[in-house]
Amino acid sequence: MKPSQSLAVGESIAPEADPHVPVRRPGAWRDQGPVVAVVALGGAMGASGRYGASLLWPTAGGGFPWITLGVNAVGCAVIGAFMVLISEVRTAHRLVRPFFGTGVLGGFTTFSTYAVDTRKLVDGGRPGAGLLYLGLTPLVALAAVWSAAWVTRRAAAWRHRPAEAS
Amino acid sequence: MNWLLVAVGAAVGAPLRYLTDRTVQKRHDTVFPWGTFTVNVLGCLVLGVLTGAALRGAASDSVQLLVGTGLCGALTTYSTFSYETMRLAESGARFLAAANLVASVVAGLGAAFLGAAAAEAVWA
Repeated sequence: MKPSQSLAVGESIAPEADPHVPVRRPGAWRDQGPVVAVVALGGAMGASGRYGASLLWPTAGGGFPWITLGVNAVGCAVIGAFMVLISEVRTAHRLVRPFFGTGVLGGFTTFSTYAVDTRKLVDGGRPGAGLLYLGLTPLVALAAVWSAAWVTRRAAAWRHRPAEAS
Repeated sequence: MNWLLVAVGAAVGAPLRYLTDRTVQKRHDTVFPWGTFTVNVLGCLVLGVLTGAALRGAASDSVQLLVGTGLCGALTTYSTFSYETMRLAESGARFLAAANLVASVVAGLGAAFLGAAAAEAVWA
């Protein structure tokens, strides 16, 4: 967390040393209003992207939901890289994470369609495909978030190495 | 018009996820991501009801885009779910990571079945 911008003379820069720095009450609407607004905007954009993908590559009724699987995999890979970037590599404006992480990526990926599509496969007489989809999605999602975070950490370490060595 | 329905539904669903997550996370002091778990299971239940209603002809295409693709799609999340699971595993809480994975999948699927069955009973 960044220290507050106006520091009185003699005040500590380190936020943990001064109990008065994080004075913002988390529930205050003055603070939460902009956050809720960018989450809504990002969510609308992310969901539109998911809907666009479903129009570009429509899944036949009762078919294997490859598009939702792909959308979720892409969203998980991007959040893996994004979270490493904004929490380990550089600091970001306080609205960046709510807008992109909570809004865009949260709106783009979906858990409800995953569960309901699994039910549809089972109900439609394809329990094998349903079970495969049920297990494959979390496997692909975790592999995506983990490998993207790993690659981003390695890339950041590689970029910062010459500066640290000199 | 269809795009607008999805966008409006998501503009409600995503903040609802954010506010629910904050409310739930404030009410417990464990590292288990109950907030994301709650919105995901809730979204599966609502989308289950909606698909059941659609099957009986009780939900129009517009309602499905607004409430299903838009609201439920944005209320639930796979990206935060997998990121939080990975963070649990990285922090050494491997059991909680596995528990989050299994509980979310089982409860989400159960909610989808329950919602659909309830809708098919109501709109029989």
